[in-house]
Amino acid sequence: MSEFTPTESTLSDLLRRDPRAEWIARNRLHPLHSSVVSAGQGEVRGPSGLLRKNPHVIGFIGPNGIKRIDRANLSAAGLNGKKRAGEAKETQLPLHIVDNPDGYIMVVADMIGGRLTGHDKDILGLAHQLVGENKAAGKGSIAVVLVCFGESKETQFDLAGVDRLLHITGQEFEGFAPEARLSALMQVEAQYKPVNWLFPDSIHGGTDLACRLASRLGERPATQAWQVTASNTVSRGASGSRDISRETPRILMLMEECANAIEDTRHQVLDLAFDADAVETGDDYRLIDQGQIEVDSNAVPLAEAEFILSAGNGIHNWDQFHAVAAALRATEGASRVAVDDGFMPRSRQVGASGTWVTARVYLAVGISGAIQHMQGIGQCDKVVAINTDAGCDMVKRADLAVIEDSEAILDALLKLAQEHYLSKEQEKSDAA
Amino acid sequence: MPPKVNVVSLVSVGRHPQSGRSRRAEQDGRAVELGLKLSKKSLTVVHAGDSQEPVLRQYAGMGLDSLTVLPQAADGDALPVLVEFLKNSKAQVVLTGVRAESGESSGMLPYLLAEQLGWPLVPRVAEILTIKEGAAEVLLALPRGQRRSVIVSLPFIATVDNAAAEARQTAFGPGLRADLKVLNVESVTDDAMATWQISAAKPRPKRLKVVKAKTAADRMKAATAKPVGGGGKVMKNETAAEKAQAIFDLLLEEKVVR
Ligand SMILES: Cc1cc2nc3c(=O)[nH]c(=O)nc-3n(C[C@H](O)[C@H](O)[C@H](O)COP(=O)(O)OP(=O)(O)OC[C@H]3O[C@@H](n4cnc5c(N)ncnc54)[C@H](O)[C@@H]3O)c2cc1C
Repeated sequence: MSEFTPTESTLSDLLRRDPRAEWIARNRLHPLHSSVVSAGQGEVRGPSGLLRKNPHVIGFIGPNGIKRIDRANLSAAGLNGKKRAGEAKETQLPLHIVDNPDGYIMVVADMIGGRLTGHDKDILGLAHQLVGENKAAGKGSIAVVLVCFGESKETQFDLAGVDRLLHITGQEFEGFAPEARLSALMQVEAQYKPVNWLFPDSIHGGTDLACRLASRLGERPATQAWQVTASNTVSRGASGSRDISRETPRILMLMEECANAIEDTRHQVLDLAFDADAVETGDDYRLIDQGQIEVDSNAVPLAEAEFILSAGNGIHNWDQFHAVAAALRATEGASRVAVDDGFMPRSRQVGASGTWVTARVYLAVGISGAIQHMQGIGQCDKVVAINTDAGCDMVKRADLAVIEDSEAILDALLKLAQEHYLSKEQEKSDAA
Repeated sequence: MPPKVNVVSLVSVGRHPQSGRSRRAEQDGRAVELGLKLSKKSLTVVHAGDSQEPVLRQYAGMGLDSLTVLPQAADGDALPVLVEFLKNSKAQVVLTGVRAESGESSGMLPYLLAEQLGWPLVPRVAEILTIKEGAAEVLLALPRGQRRSVIVSLPFIATVDNAAAEARQTAFGPGLRADLKVLNVESVTDDAMATWQISAAKPRPKRLKVVKAKTAADRMKAATAKPVGGGGKVMKNETAAEKAQAIFDLLLEEKVVR
């Protein structure tokens, strides 16, 4: 309760209650009731001298935007004296400090699109559970280290529970580079001898890297682990139909929701010393990445698509819309109105009665954002709206909203996309 | 495709997800299918386990003349016998499923094979495009239906993803008539597994969305208010070209336009 600590607020900011006045205000039969209630407002008399009540000033707007009438009058300015001044002050979470750790737990994150996933955060939470158990068992303090490769756009490492950060960057670790990443992990292993290695058991590369590390180190890992303590691990086996309980191994691949993410502490996020240049990046790598290849974006199931261009009632030029989707290599989606009007097939409908999509980027053109549609895009990371109405719900939800006629924007986007891919092609043919 | 690549597909006993009965494993079936596509003549299908297992006939019914079995007890470790077998074979491409449907289902076997044989491993293959001059071009199945092309030198091990071509139907009669070559190998028991406790899977608790609100008004708000994104950027007065550029920059930054 920060408002009662004298160091943080002056006496005049203090919330002062007058219990007697409150009691009188609650009791409408009290002889002093009317004077107490109208203390703040002052009485208003009409032209004929009659006492008047202004019905419009009664009540206040509640948190949902609904008007509320406070019959007990607890919030009247006259009663509560002063308003709390520093109420909206953001609470600062306590900082979890690890100095001179005796050991490290390495969490190798997927970092899809350069940000921590929910899965990564759960694993960081689990790592802190293990740290707590180790501490209780008197094994000294352990720091949780996040190991990540490539580009990072994450800004909230501190809130996710990262004590130390080991960010390994370099051209050779980009894209599909399991061999280079494995050599880096082997060097981390040699340098820090971590207490545990935690990986997400995911198709985004976590399982692959973990299996490579485990087989290189010759240790038997636990895969699909979902209940982990410092001593015992329960993992799924036989395609999810059996639970295997065993002593906790050093290398763990964890399922989603294996623990709760960190919520109420901040962490230091100190950089851990690591020399990425010293990693023995042999020339004998036998996997050569040729890059991602283009797939027919409309053949990708809508529920899985990464980038969706979605059309609503605000689209009037459908040929242009299809051209833009093709140029951007986006999967097409639609609102129910566009489907009902026959412009798009039913299988393209996004929303409560259509498909629930998981796109990383959802570009909504001329969609108002009805709740049935919003339910379908709940899991999307970035929403971009193009709409003529600045007040619609889609604009409120969007990370980037553009108020403009859809045709003009799509036209400009089409040009940009075509230029972009043309210059790419040019580069390729120049290089070849 | 050059006529001669020696392909070995490793198969295991699957488990039907609903009935729990043994069946041809989904991904192993695809591994055989991919092997048949690469070279029907020089494909060897290998199983380490019980040679009496009726499921093996389902694999054989995909049009195989023979199937090799390395006999192992139920608690046996398939790894050492397979390493020994592959060392002595002329295999250039070894195909397996990503994860077995029975046993530990750890998916470690292909990695351990690769490590012990010193071969490269390509995970989650959707297709093998070409094999020539000691290297193969393979397509990896990435999440969200994406594909990545990778060149790998022979010999290599590949795990076959569910995105690969579906296994063909199996024919009962030819399956029964196929030749089972049972090799004479030692059975190696898996000691670590003996210390584990294995039970039927307990349902995992669903995570509830707990609202951490200090006041009743906050709780009411969390329960009723529409989810609103945290203050996005709104562009109103710029020109259409500038607005489109802003959108395109976001698409580039998120790497959805490459
Ligand atoms: C039981 C039930 C289930 C439903 N399920 C779904 C569902 O699964 N999915 C779904 O989508 N809907 C569903 N709906 C329908 C939903 O309630 C809305 O009616 C629908 O989503 C609205 O679609 P819209 O946003 O495309 O159209 P509108 O609400 O008409 O919005 C059009 C938008 O385009 C803008 N616009 C107009 N002209 C232009 C222009 N030239 N340039 C740019 N912007 C322009 C307008 O400002 C407006 O915001 C369901 C409804 C019910 C009752």
